[in-house]
Amino acid sequence: MLKTTPLNQTHRAMNAKMVDFGGWDMPLHYGSQLDEHHKVRSDAGMFDVSHMLAVDIKGESTRAFLRQLFANNVDKLTQPGKALYSCMLNPQGGVIDDLIIYFLTESWFRVVVNAGTADKDMAWMQARRNELAPGLEITPRRDLAMIAVQGPNARAKVWQVIAGSQAVTENLKLFQATTFDQYFIARTGYTGEDGFEIILPATDAANFWNALHAAGVAPAGLGARDTLRLEAGMNLYGQDMDEAANPLESGLGWTVDLKSERDFIGKQALLATPVTQQLIGLLLLDRGVLRSHQKVIAHHDGTEAEGEITSGGFSPTLNQSIALARLPSQVSAGDEVQVVVRDKMLRAKVVKYPFVRNGKSLI
Amino acid sequence: MDIPTNLKYTKSHEWVRLEDDGSVTIGITQHAQELLGDMVFAEIPQVGRKLKQREECAVVESVKAAADVYAPISGEVTAVNSELQSAPEKINQDAYAAWLFKLKPTNTADLDGLLDAAGYQKVLESEAH
Repeated sequence: MLKTTPLNQTHRAMNAKMVDFGGWDMPLHYGSQLDEHHKVRSDAGMFDVSHMLAVDIKGESTRAFLRQLFANNVDKLTQPGKALYSCMLNPQGGVIDDLIIYFLTESWFRVVVNAGTADKDMAWMQARRNELAPGLEITPRRDLAMIAVQGPNARAKVWQVIAGSQAVTENLKLFQATTFDQYFIARTGYTGEDGFEIILPATDAANFWNALHAAGVAPAGLGARDTLRLEAGMNLYGQDMDEAANPLESGLGWTVDLKSERDFIGKQALLATPVTQQLIGLLLLDRGVLRSHQKVIAHHDGTEAEGEITSGGFSPTLNQSIALARLPSQVSAGDEVQVVVRDKMLRAKVVKYPFVRNGKSLI
Repeated sequence: MDIPTNLKYTKSHEWVRLEDDGSVTIGITQHAQELLGDMVFAEIPQVGRKLKQREECAVVESVKAAADVYAPISGEVTAVNSELQSAPEKINQDAYAAWLFKLKPTNTADLDGLLDAAGYQKVLESEAH
């Protein structure tokens, strides 16, 4: 039996093509994934991300606990409403999940975790809580829905739908959130466009979704969500990193705070492990489509080195195939590599990512 | 779903049309394009290539996945729809108009082994269960 979000019937009423996404019955697209992608880049689209889980962590020592639990440093969160992207590591330095932490008050932080890892994350957090901070309450919030509204016109459409919200949210900076009535509104996203991610009571989700639709926001499915995040160069858990991957070899070094004195789970392992690979972008020069797990062959100073595509696909904005690949550290942007696609060797150029931001190619 | 009755089909979702000059035209079905979603790439065999029945001979790729296309019957490739190289979305727009390639059959009787519209309908029904 597949799990459903509060918007399941709404998706079906909009003729969504539904798929089994890690045990959740989710919309892949509502007709054309490409149209949905372009709509987000040029106007506004909305995604049901209620399969992801909001977890509230409450109690006096919350910050001290999260300092140990996460690889990024929650001491960067000084202003209520501020958000931080982080990995949660195991003692071997592998990535249990990537998540966003919101600082609400000194005794209330909210963490949003991936759907596929939610049960594992809850078990891990509760077990560490029992060891390190037994007084804390950790509460999964399945009573909440989450809708991401993304695109250059996304914020204006939300303001149109939630009367009075403009005054309290228009000065939010990126990675900042606030509450307004029953809405928790964050200026975050997974598309490389401006917009909000909005957490609200599950019972209000369908009305809010339909109001956004009436305001001209296009429903967009998981298909477009994936091509948008790949163009934006954002990691996908389970593909670009997992428990076997080192975050420093997964393009996540910027989220791992090794500078402060603070100890955190996984830190000692990361300090003891040499970094020999990197996550870097590929732009396909020949015709075809790059896909995850394809082998990449790089030549460097007369030696051959191998790597693998972790996420690949067709970029609707660039009209060309792009990928994230884990390659040896000595490969650098500008190099040409070969990718094994079925029985052929295709040429690709190594590039820095993101590929696209705010509707524009960066390549 | 409307399945044209003037065409022949395979279980692997190719359609085949026998032309007046004895050649056959081959494409992928409406059902196949719906499953795959927005097409972004098509790799079509070269003119002159000799194909054996059920040989992998083309690839269509959507935003979602790559799918092999198999030769419905044996024959020699006599024409390819090069328009699909720049506009693979034509397959989504009309799967029965956006043909991939044409074959000169080695043995026209091979066509008798293919499914008719009713037979293909049954294949789709069994896949749906």
